[in-house]
Amino acid sequence: MPDKIKFTIDGKDCQADPGMTIYEAAKASGIYIPVLCHFEGLKPVGSCRICSVRVNGRWMASCTQPVTPGMVIENTSPEVEEYRRAIIEMLFVEGNHFCPACEKSGNCELQALAYRYQIMVPQFPYLFPKKDIEAFPKFLLEHNRCVQCQRCIRAIQTPDGKKIFAMKNRSGRVRINVDKKLAASLSDEEAQKAMDICPVGAILKKEVGFRVPIGQRKYDKKPIGSEIEEKR
Amino acid sequence: MSKPVIATASLAGCFGCHMSFLDIDERILDLIELVEFDKSPIDDIKKFSRPVDIGLIEGGCCNAENVEVLRYFRENCKILVSVGECAVMGGLPAMRNTIPLKECLEEAYLNSPTVAPEDRLIPADEDIPILLDRVYPCHEIVKIDYFLPGCPPSADLIWEALTALIQGRPLRLEYELVKYD
Repeated sequence: MPDKIKFTIDGKDCQADPGMTIYEAAKASGIYIPVLCHFEGLKPVGSCRICSVRVNGRWMASCTQPVTPGMVIENTSPEVEEYRRAIIEMLFVEGNHFCPACEKSGNCELQALAYRYQIMVPQFPYLFPKKDIEAFPKFLLEHNRCVQCQRCIRAIQTPDGKKIFAMKNRSGRVRINVDKKLAASLSDEEAQKAMDICPVGAILKKEVGFRVPIGQRKYDKKPIGSEIEEKR
Repeated sequence: MSKPVIATASLAGCFGCHMSFLDIDERILDLIELVEFDKSPIDDIKKFSRPVDIGLIEGGCCNAENVEVLRYFRENCKILVSVGECAVMGGLPAMRNTIPLKECLEEAYLNSPTVAPEDRLIPADEDIPILLDRVYPCHEIVKIDYFLPGCPPSADLIWEALTALIQGRPLRLEYELVKYD
């Protein structure tokens, strides 16, 4: 058994197994670092930067950065929290997030992060970009709500390993693109998996909706991350 | 000491936030003890009769009349609060913001399958407030001091915010109070 790696998060002594990322190591210590593009079991890409922490004074994405001995990690300093808050607000104004009309409301991770940070209004102006909705046999792709986390790209494949989702264009024009032929072959289970893995309401399985009543949804009663903090 | 004065308005909203405000149930008796109402749809007072301490705005701005009322409130209220998703971000009316106004009007008044052929006409009477190019959140028109999201914000959130403002104390925001739906 290799030696444990010792480091601190917000001054608290922590230990982790070699090879763990900062996010995983924090989680194992009962410390929540917010993530959006990252999903347990998928290869981290570090694209949303919500999991940013300051390590020995430098910004790092905790979902991709392996933990090393002696790291001094800032996770809840006002500066780090303000930076994350700004990212969440930017994601809200860059899309068209009409929460009252979205069936992911209550189960949406972007919304849950905004609840956790008690964002009453974004500090940035709303952009109201023109985006469209695409329909496929088993699901809808709501580009108004997509945050380009790439979870669907990484998680959803055909049985023979072909990807159904991909990125198209670059920078501000970037969007998720779907292979129509492969999407048509998607099973109900896979479509459900795609909807569940999407942190927002961008991928919606057809023919079901608003299945869980208000009050019983994932983030109605407890903030996102509380399940990790409860284990501390 | 005289009681704080409250005013409310519904702009491009559905009156759901006002309904939620009334959802404070028996606390309405405390409210009457706590404040006086000036211009509001609740008491049907049309014009401000005195300086107002707290103005509650429901709905965003979709037409010229909304802008006029909002500016009238800003001139007469010390504190102005955006109440609900429509006031905060435009809300469901702002779903038209990605569609050009001309297309919206044509769809509603000319091309909709429920429009009878003889009724195909885009209203343009001078008594009808002119539509804005898009729906604007209130804070893009005037300065707004506080924001209460929710569709509608719960009665508990409105009550907590109102009593905190009146008593001059910080908000106690329990997790379940802040919701966007």
